[in-house]
Amino acid sequence: MSRVVRLIGRRLLSSLPAIFGVVALTFLLMRVLPGDPAVFFASGPNTGQAEIEIVRERMGLNRPMGEQFVLYLRDLGKGDLGNSLTSGQPVAKDLAARLPASLELTIAALVLALSIALPLGFVAAMRPDSLVDQIVRVFCTLGVAVPTFVSGLLLIFLFYYLLGWAPPPVGRIDAFASAPPSWSGFLLVDSLLAGDMETFGAALRQLVLPMTTMALFVMAPLARMARAATLAVTTSDFVRTAEALGLSRPRIMVSYIFRNAMLPILTTVGIVFSTMLGANVLVEKVFAWPGIASYALDALLSSDYAPVQGFVLLIASIFVILNLVIDLLYSLADPRVSVE
Amino acid sequence: MTVAVARHRRGLWGVANPATIVACVGVSLLLLVAILADWIAPYDPLASNVRIALQPPGAQHWMGTDQLGRDMLSRLIVATRLDLSIAVSAVALSFAFGAVIGGTSGYLGGAADRWIGRTVDVMMAFPLFVLAMALVAALGNSVANVIYATAIINLPFYIRFARAEVNMRRHFGWVEAARASGNSHARVVLFFLLPNVLPGMAVQISLNLGWAILNAAGLSFIGLGARPPTPEWGIMVAEAARFIATGKWWLIVFPGLMLTLSVLCFNLLGDAARDALDPRRRR
Amino acid sequence: MTDPLLSVNGLRVSFATPDGPFEALRGVDLAIAPGEVMGVVGESGSGKSVTALAAMGLLDRKGRIVGGEIRFRGADITRASRRRLRPMRGSAFSMIFQNPRSALNPVRRIGQQIGDALRAHLGLSRAQATAQATELLRTVQFRDPEQRMHSYPHELSGGMCQRVMIAMAIACQPQLLLADEPTTGLDVTTQKHVMDLLVGLARERGMAMVLITHDLGLATHYCQRIAVMEQGRVVEENAATALFAQPRHPYTRRLVLASPTRESTIESLAGGDADLPPRLPPARHVGQGPLLDVRGLVKRFANGTIGVDGVSFTIAAGGSLGLVGESGSGKSTIARMASRLLDQTAGEIIFDGQDIGAVRERDFHRTRWRRDIQIVFQDALESLNPRFTAFDSIADPLRRLVGLRTKASLAAEVEAAARRVGLPIDLLDRLPHQLSGGQRARVGIARAIAVRPRLLVLDEPTAALDVSVQAVVLQLLERLRRESGMAYLFISHDLGVVRMLCEQVIVLRAGRIVEAGVTADIFENSQAAYTRELLAAIPYFVPGSPTSVTPPNVTGVPA
Repeated sequence: MSRVVRLIGRRLLSSLPAIFGVVALTFLLMRVLPGDPAVFFASGPNTGQAEIEIVRERMGLNRPMGEQFVLYLRDLGKGDLGNSLTSGQPVAKDLAARLPASLELTIAALVLALSIALPLGFVAAMRPDSLVDQIVRVFCTLGVAVPTFVSGLLLIFLFYYLLGWAPPPVGRIDAFASAPPSWSGFLLVDSLLAGDMETFGAALRQLVLPMTTMALFVMAPLARMARAATLAVTTSDFVRTAEALGLSRPRIMVSYIFRNAMLPILTTVGIVFSTMLGANVLVEKVFAWPGIASYALDALLSSDYAPVQGFVLLIASIFVILNLVIDLLYSLADPRVSVE
Repeated sequence: MTVAVARHRRGLWGVANPATIVACVGVSLLLLVAILADWIAPYDPLASNVRIALQPPGAQHWMGTDQLGRDMLSRLIVATRLDLSIAVSAVALSFAFGAVIGGTSGYLGGAADRWIGRTVDVMMAFPLFVLAMALVAALGNSVANVIYATAIINLPFYIRFARAEVNMRRHFGWVEAARASGNSHARVVLFFLLPNVLPGMAVQISLNLGWAILNAAGLSFIGLGARPPTPEWGIMVAEAARFIATGKWWLIVFPGLMLTLSVLCFNLLGDAARDALDPRRRR
Repeated sequence: MTDPLLSVNGLRVSFATPDGPFEALRGVDLAIAPGEVMGVVGESGSGKSVTALAAMGLLDRKGRIVGGEIRFRGADITRASRRRLRPMRGSAFSMIFQNPRSALNPVRRIGQQIGDALRAHLGLSRAQATAQATELLRTVQFRDPEQRMHSYPHELSGGMCQRVMIAMAIACQPQLLLADEPTTGLDVTTQKHVMDLLVGLARERGMAMVLITHDLGLATHYCQRIAVMEQGRVVEENAATALFAQPRHPYTRRLVLASPTRESTIESLAGGDADLPPRLPPARHVGQGPLLDVRGLVKRFANGTIGVDGVSFTIAAGGSLGLVGESGSGKSTIARMASRLLDQTAGEIIFDGQDIGAVRERDFHRTRWRRDIQIVFQDALESLNPRFTAFDSIADPLRRLVGLRTKASLAAEVEAAARRVGLPIDLLDRLPHQLSGGQRARVGIARAIAVRPRLLVLDEPTAALDVSVQAVVLQLLERLRRESGMAYLFISHDLGVVRMLCEQVIVLRAGRIVEAGVTADIFENSQAAYTRELLAAIPYFVPGSPTSVTPPNVTGVPA
């Protein structure tokens, strides 16, 4: 047990520099922008000169860089990410409101991708050069080549326009349905908690296409890694030993093959999740999904920079936490990893 | 030069592997189209003619026309040049810098290596597409900046790769023998280690080319980088998005196809290149 | 002979390769009686491992049995399905492998793995399996089995991992154990412990054992009968003593000659091989003060461990010094410091009266001494640049250290070096993967001597080579030394080789010198207990005398 605690502590410590680096980088980026940051961080496009001056003073733009950075850190500590020009609201509030939408989409897509890609890769590796294996390999090669936004649009075309199965891609929930009381912000979870199956169904229907688009995007690398990892393990020396000792097939598959193949797959899941955080932008745009990525994108194109900064920081933090979790899981799963 | 290399690779392959043939042919074709775009495009890609807008593929316009009456085929052909040049420049930059930085870092080990490793980790803390967005936002919305942004976000992969490969070989006999033969550390990295690391990186390059194309298209899809009316695959898909709901499939299918096929060809080429560059294949 | 336990008749195995089918076994005939300890000896490519894997039904996917049969207790198991074989594997016959650490599941505790082996065939509860596993660990001489049950493979040494594998293999009391190179890669002393344990267990349990090895000495030491394999066939089979007293097949004869005995010398190793002159020229010494003088050498690594702790020695011009030790003794580190590829933490290195230790390793390549000290590496560590032809590899030091630029001058020197090492000129434009092990060794040597160094550091140059090739290369090295007056610093874990090649020897342990002196003295009359332990562990055989293992109950006379 103490090993776990030491591991967590160690990993937390080692991610501090990463977090610091991200914060510093974002600070630099925003200061490099053309234009006057004070205007961007003020509360509205029609703010008077006086108010801009107040903002400038508060942000310390007249002071040396070092002081600015400290002020910046202080603001961050208070949760103050500035205000959005377009919405007039504090960025932190906007992001908090829209984060569940992005997370729900990403997590659902990941679950879908994993449940298809892992078994596929596994089966393909257990029967090398068979028809299944060939199909999986072709699927992987193609899957990496199709851009997300193209597949998203094609899916809309196929399932909405041609087949009429999917609802119009206009966001998380049908205009006529009402949102359930908000606990987690995840519509699926909330509607289940409230016992509202109709809303659940509606939310799910809206979720299917964007979720599938995003899942398609990552299924290929996941399946490829699952196949490669399993293949490497099945041809390893210790599996040969297990066979030589006459262990039963189930025992070998679970304790010898799966337990070892899981390790590189775990690392890949981490990488894939982070890619999905980025691909969010495209999918949210195609499906008009009200998440943080579309929020930031709209802000960007309107030259409203505070939301962009907030978005970048948020994503980076999520990523660092994610890495931490994956690292931890890996350390727990692989006894060879030393605490140091 | 790339054309010559592509043909050379085809020559090295005595045994016919259909995927490789397809890839080589595909890439060569793409390059040809990119170079000869202006001459082979049947119509002016920018000439709009609203009267013939949104026509499905037919005899006059093999791939139909878009919402401004411009010929799809011509736009696609001209777009090839833009997308390819963005991808190639970006990847060339990241490869060159990444190989040298990563290789040196992996060879030196110690504190320098650890710092570079940490920096790479921080860079990878940004989901790369987001970082590209932030960079383009900071530097301005232009094609050149998209190239730089793509190059920067590709850099960590090359650095990590070169670092790992060099680190693995650092203590091999022939590396120490090179030192004993009178080579300085710098010469060992540049002339002994990096050439041996190249086959692996060649795969990376090709895969990265595919990825860079996807990135560039994605960025222009959301409005960063190339702007309309410039013909570019991503922009074409973005403009087509509105018409999906009304069934004008050719607006998206053809650009999508071009994107997929070009990325596919580069990926397959990467696999073939890895095999071709392995000295063990030489008889 | 009574009915054999395992019999292999005319077995042919073929592998699918990109260049077409490759016949690994071309008609192998073997028979093992119950309770007997048999050796199968051969060099790389002989097919000895393939035979064992085929018997267990564990051939690689690309391999297929294309002829002959395998019978276990009379039943034909040649093409048995996994369903038929599984109950027999581990309980009727069993196998242990080379590289024990990689042969164990890295993410599962060894107690559980032994438990797996037990529960695969015996219907035991988890508690019963744990208890029996602990007992098994005790049987294979683990000192605190209850503790060790919870260890992971990476926490154990190579020798311990091998003992765990043995425990797993004998857990269900098999009648036959196939041991595929079980001690390769282990230290000499560990090797002895493991082999003694293995053979002891076999005797106790009346278990037949097949020892597959490339080491003749090892086989004769422990086995009653030996089969010699070459290129997919058994070329000779006989009782161990008879085989070596009177080898019949020419290959066996070559093998016997090449295997070092207590009395063998460099000259006797290769017999009448046409490659080398029958008589070596007399040694030539140019002694006037030591060529290399190392004083108080210390190396502390970045993580704090001390690899070398105050080592001093000298080498006279034209002399030869062997550095002997097991893994972790510091011998490789010393070699690298002496050849200035690694900086020392403390101590002096004086070459020909000049303090070369004062020059940092990153600048050493610029000094004039770089060409005086050259190195020959162990082939297994990839000693040749995979992208360089043999010519390029040999030419590089000539370019950098002698300054030759023109094609003609380079070609002349490279070819001269190639001739000196007996490398055919037409092999010069080949890449390393197109050369055999022995040829690669020659290229490595040619590269080192091309610039005519005065001191040659050799880091386990023959460790990865087959015994017969090793004999030839060792003769080559000795001839070169005598012809050119080079001094040798010879690093090895193989005492037998060092005894033949080096005039002086230093025994190292954990970074310190245990004993140093003239080779003959040390070998005959060692003062240190550790040295004696090392010497005793060498599995020499003495042709014509009874082996140390008494056979249990062999019925009948071997065919």
